[in-house]
Amino acid sequence: MDLWKRYIPVLFLLALVVAVQLITHFTETSYYLTQLTMSAYYSVVVIGLCVLMGYGGQISLGHAGFFAIGGYLAGALTTHSLLPIKSHGLVAFLHKIGLLVASKDLYGGDLLTVEPWAACIVAVFTAGIIALAIGGPVLKLKGHYLAMATLGFGIIIFRIALASAYFGEADGISGVPSFKLLPGLEVSGSFGARVLNYYIAWMVVIMGIILLLNLIHSRVGRALRSIHGAEEAANAMGVNTARYKLYIFVLSAVFAALAGVLVTHYNGGIGPSEAGVMKSVRYVAIVAVGGMANLWGALIMGIVLNFLSLRGVFGSYDDAVFGVILIVIMLFAPEGILNINPWQRLKSLFSLLAAKPGENTTE
Amino acid sequence: MALLEIDNLNRHFGGLHAVNNVSFSVEQGMIKAVIGPNGAGKTTLFNLIAGNLPANSGTVNFNSTKINGRKPYQIARLGISRTYQNIKLFHGMTALENVMLGRHIRSKAGFMAGMLNLPWTWPEEKQIKDRSMEYLDLLGVADCADIEVSNLAFGQQRGVEFARALATEPTLLLLDEPAAGLNIYETAEIGRLISKIRESGITILLVEHDMSLVMDISDEIVVLSFGEKIAEDLPHNIQQNEEVIRIYLGYEDV
Repeated sequence: MDLWKRYIPVLFLLALVVAVQLITHFTETSYYLTQLTMSAYYSVVVIGLCVLMGYGGQISLGHAGFFAIGGYLAGALTTHSLLPIKSHGLVAFLHKIGLLVASKDLYGGDLLTVEPWAACIVAVFTAGIIALAIGGPVLKLKGHYLAMATLGFGIIIFRIALASAYFGEADGISGVPSFKLLPGLEVSGSFGARVLNYYIAWMVVIMGIILLLNLIHSRVGRALRSIHGAEEAANAMGVNTARYKLYIFVLSAVFAALAGVLVTHYNGGIGPSEAGVMKSVRYVAIVAVGGMANLWGALIMGIVLNFLSLRGVFGSYDDAVFGVILIVIMLFAPEGILNINPWQRLKSLFSLLAAKPGENTTE
Repeated sequence: MALLEIDNLNRHFGGLHAVNNVSFSVEQGMIKAVIGPNGAGKTTLFNLIAGNLPANSGTVNFNSTKINGRKPYQIARLGISRTYQNIKLFHGMTALENVMLGRHIRSKAGFMAGMLNLPWTWPEEKQIKDRSMEYLDLLGVADCADIEVSNLAFGQQRGVEFARALATEPTLLLLDEPAAGLNIYETAEIGRLISKIRESGITILLVEHDMSLVMDISDEIVVLSFGEKIAEDLPHNIQQNEEVIRIYLGYEDV
C-alpha cells in the first residue's frame, strides 16, 4: 500500500530516536541529547521551509524572522510581568479567565505573566497573520525578487528585536519559564528533564513530518508541486496558484514560529542572533543540501548540520561554513547531496580528463 | 447561442496590433481551426481566451458569460481546458501525477483534509487516480504512468498533456498546434484522436500549421493575418479563397 510506503520511514525514524537515546544512556553520553533536542526543533523550521521551497518552488530568506516572532512573543509574554498594569480592564479580564499565572522571579518578587499555552497560541497565530499579510503582495514576486523581499522582512524583524526594550535589545529575553504541555510533560531546559524533552522535541518533529508527508501526497500537495513545475499550466488546470502559494507560505511560517516558541522555552530565553539573516540563510542552505523537494533529506540534513553546529564543530566559522555549503551545493549538487551518485560523478570526472589528452602529456 | 463568442477582440503590444478587431464564434460540438502565417496572432488569441493575457477591448463570451477579465484558473473551472504549443508539463512529477492535476477542479479535498489524511479523501484520491489512468490509456501512454515527464519522448509528452487537458472534462478544448513536432503518422493519429474527442461531445478550437490535418478534421476555419481575420469559411472554400492563397503562397503577379 502507498500509505505504508509513506509511513515506514517514520517508523524507522521513531526507532532511531529511541535507539539513540538508549545508546547515549548506556554510553553515558546523554549530554548529546541537549543538542539533539535543539536540532530537532530547528528541523521543524527546515521541513516547513522545505515544503515551501522544494515543493511550492517559493524561496524565503526570512524564515528566521518567523522563528523569532514565535520565540520572542512567547518569551516576552511569559516573562514580562503584568502586575504594574493589573488594574487595566483587559489584564483583569485575562486574569479572571485564567490565562495569566502568578509566580516568583529569581529574587522572590511577584510576577504575573501570560500562561505559556496562551502565549504559544498568540505567538504562532501572530506569525501566521504576519505571513498572511506580507505573503499576499510578496508572493507575486518570483526568483531573486522574492528572495530580496523576504530578506527585507527578515532584516526588519531582526532590527525590531534588536532595537526594542520590550524584546530586550541586544540581550534578548531570559528567564523564560518552562512550558507545561500536559500534566507531567514540560518543555524545559532543566537537567532532570533532558530525556523527556528529547522525546517531546522528536514527537513534535514526527507529527510535523507526518502532516507534511500527508500534505505533499494529497490533492493540495500535487497542486503545490505543479506550481513549481509550470505555474502557467497549473493555473490553466484550475489551480488558484496565488492562494496555494500563500497557504504554504503561512504554513511554513507557522512551523517556524512553533519551533521558535519551543526552543525559547527549552533554552529559557532567546537572543537576537536567532532572528539574524544568517539563520535564514542557514535554513535555506540546509533545505538545499537535503535536495530541495525532499522532506527526508531536509530533515536528515537539518539534524546533522544543526547538531554539528551546536556542538561547535565549525568553531567560529559557523556561519561561513553554511555559506560555503550553499555555494558548493549549488555548484556541484543542485539536487542535494543525498541524490549524488558518486559513481556517476567519478565517471564524468574521468571522461572530462579523457577529453583533454593534450593536457595530460604536459605533466 | 454559440458556445464561444469572440466579439471585436483587440490586443496590442506597443505598436504591434497582435489581435485586431477579431470576431467569430464557435458552435457547440464543432471543430474549429484558426490558421494563419507565423505572427498572425493565433497564440495571442488563445492567451486572450484562456485568460493569460488581458484584452485591450472587445469581449469573449463562453456559455453566454463574459470571461475576459477573469483569471485563468476561473476560466478553467468554467470548462475551458488547453494544451500548449511548446508542451508545458509539470516537471518533477510523473505522467500520472500530471494527469491527476487535471482532476483538480473535479475534486475537493482541501488543505487540512490533505494534511490530516482524512479517510473521506481516500475514495476521492483513488477515483482521481483511476480516472487519470483511463485518460492515459485513452492517449496510449498508460505505460508511462510512473515515469517522470522530463524523461518521456516528445510524442509521449504530447499525449500526457492531452490526457491532462481531457481529465478536466472540459466543454471547450483549446489545442495550440497539437501536431507541432510530430511525424505524418503521429499527425494522422492526432487527427483521429481529435475527431474522437469531438464525438464524445467536447467542442474544439485549434491553432494548427499542418494544412492537411486542418482540412481533414475541421468543420470551419478562421484565417488570421497580421492580427486580422481575413476569412472564415468551410475548409473546402478556404482552400479556394484567393486572399488565403495569396498570404500563404505570396503574390501571383511579378
